[in-house]
Amino acid sequence: MKCAGNAWKFGANIDTDAIIPARYLNVSDPDELASHCMEDENPRFIKEVAAGDIIVADTNFGCGSSREHAPIAIKAAGISCVIAKSFARIFYRNAFNMGLPILECPEAVDGIEPGSHVTVDLLTGEIVNKNTDQTFKAEPIPPFMKQILDDGGLMGHIAKRS
Amino acid sequence: MTMTITEKILASHAGLESVSPGQLINARIDIALGNDITAPISIERFQKAGAARVFDKKKVVLVPDHFAPNKDIKSAEQCRAMREFAHTYDIEHYFEVGQAGIEHALLPEQGIVLPGDLVIGADSHTCTYGALGAFSTGVGSTDLAAAMITGELWFKVPETIRFNYTGQRQPWVGGKDLILYTIGRIGVDGALYRAMEFTGEVIDSLPMEDRLTMANMAIEAGGKNGIIVPDDITEAYVKDRAKRPYEFFKSDPDAHYAEVIDIDVSQLEPQVAFPHLPSNTRGISDVGDVIIDQAIIGSCTNGRISDLRISAEVLKGNRIAKNVRLIVIPATQQIYRQAMHEGLFDIFLDAGAVISLPTCGPCLGGYMGVLARGERAVATTNRNFVGRMGHAESEVYLANPAVTAASAILGKIAGPAEL
Repeated sequence: MKCAGNAWKFGANIDTDAIIPARYLNVSDPDELASHCMEDENPRFIKEVAAGDIIVADTNFGCGSSREHAPIAIKAAGISCVIAKSFARIFYRNAFNMGLPILECPEAVDGIEPGSHVTVDLLTGEIVNKNTDQTFKAEPIPPFMKQILDDGGLMGHIAKRS
Repeated sequence: MTMTITEKILASHAGLESVSPGQLINARIDIALGNDITAPISIERFQKAGAARVFDKKKVVLVPDHFAPNKDIKSAEQCRAMREFAHTYDIEHYFEVGQAGIEHALLPEQGIVLPGDLVIGADSHTCTYGALGAFSTGVGSTDLAAAMITGELWFKVPETIRFNYTGQRQPWVGGKDLILYTIGRIGVDGALYRAMEFTGEVIDSLPMEDRLTMANMAIEAGGKNGIIVPDDITEAYVKDRAKRPYEFFKSDPDAHYAEVIDIDVSQLEPQVAFPHLPSNTRGISDVGDVIIDQAIIGSCTNGRISDLRISAEVLKGNRIAKNVRLIVIPATQQIYRQAMHEGLFDIFLDAGAVISLPTCGPCLGGYMGVLARGERAVATTNRNFVGRMGHAESEVYLANPAVTAASAILGKIAGPAEL
């Protein structure tokens, strides 16, 4: 599985209220949620994001609430992959469970500028900044999480097991 | 093999003799919780999977508390989806408006969560129940859907950080100050993926409601769970509430901890977390002049009867400042009634406060008490992220109930000692 797109950079501790403010949680429709994604953090994001673009963030991405609306909004906004130095644990779980690819790679976060064209090979964890031709190697997706992704998320995983 | 309380509860629910940090397990769920925001997505996944029934109708708990009573038409649709699901699958612990309250105050109060349980909830503050000696953690809606169908869920056994609190607490310093100080010390990801075990002489004598406040905010340090080994205080709290057997687990004396952090509380003042992170803490004497527009006393962190009593003690005989709105939110119907019977409502009303029905409401800025651009609130809630209580240019300061009440009186953030 490969992703390619331009980088949207965010800082440390991007919380789920920043990803999707609670005032919009009276719906669960992915497209409606996506229309408010990152609204308070960077109002340009949802206007300019293109299908395939990649979020590149510092530490503790997705901290705060357990709302799965956060990865749902990101995915529906067209983001193909999130690369961060680290993820908050509920966001990490949610992303795999609902099928949003995420990778931990501190070096890539430091080596990618906003707007850089980036390619990601999810199987090998290879991340390339096409603007500089720098290559980074992410932590490989743990085998168990890979299995959940391969089964199409947690619901597919439990259906397969039962 | 020696184990911590977290490891023992996980092992017992996975049917294993022992577990160690990093191990992936499938564990049996005692209670699976959802609310009006998170459950609708779970229900959609549940139905899409074609499930015929929930694994155990006694073990699924659904509480409309975030945007209920329905704040608008869209919320009404979400609440209805949850209500219809509860009726269709005969969910025993569905709490309609009138019985409901803020979930994390309600479940311990009603004896639904008990020591030794493994609890998951599609709400990050599910970690609250660790105060009872349960393993309890927040998950997403898909996890909740899977748990409702199968009655089990996968976990990675976390490492544990032990926090050892010693010394004598100063006046007006409670569980909220201990946990705010702790988060300030280790940071919002200081316990990422780890269990936080609260121990020491200060915890040994800490009342249950303060313990619930501490465990509640473990997630604000990134913790997977917060936990306190159950004792006589736990037994006194649960014995008349429990309607099923429960088990006390204890950490082995020589259990392995990833880290032990000693905190002497003797000099600790009431703490205030400045915008926009719960870790941005200062002692009350270092706050300076912070003028406020609103004060909130309530939430799953500090909306219990002891919080209301402390607030009333500070507010009694005082009026709040002219430019401040004070909103008091008893967390459950039982707390509401008790506060009313104890005469606390008269004190709040005389002070100029408004008293709300039980709801998460303003804590997440979706419902009642929302802040305008540039406004500031001091609140007993748990998060002060950008836009958490309203406009992206508003500010939230987190504090304990006594500080919040004193601040409402003085119109600026201040402790009761300044009255």
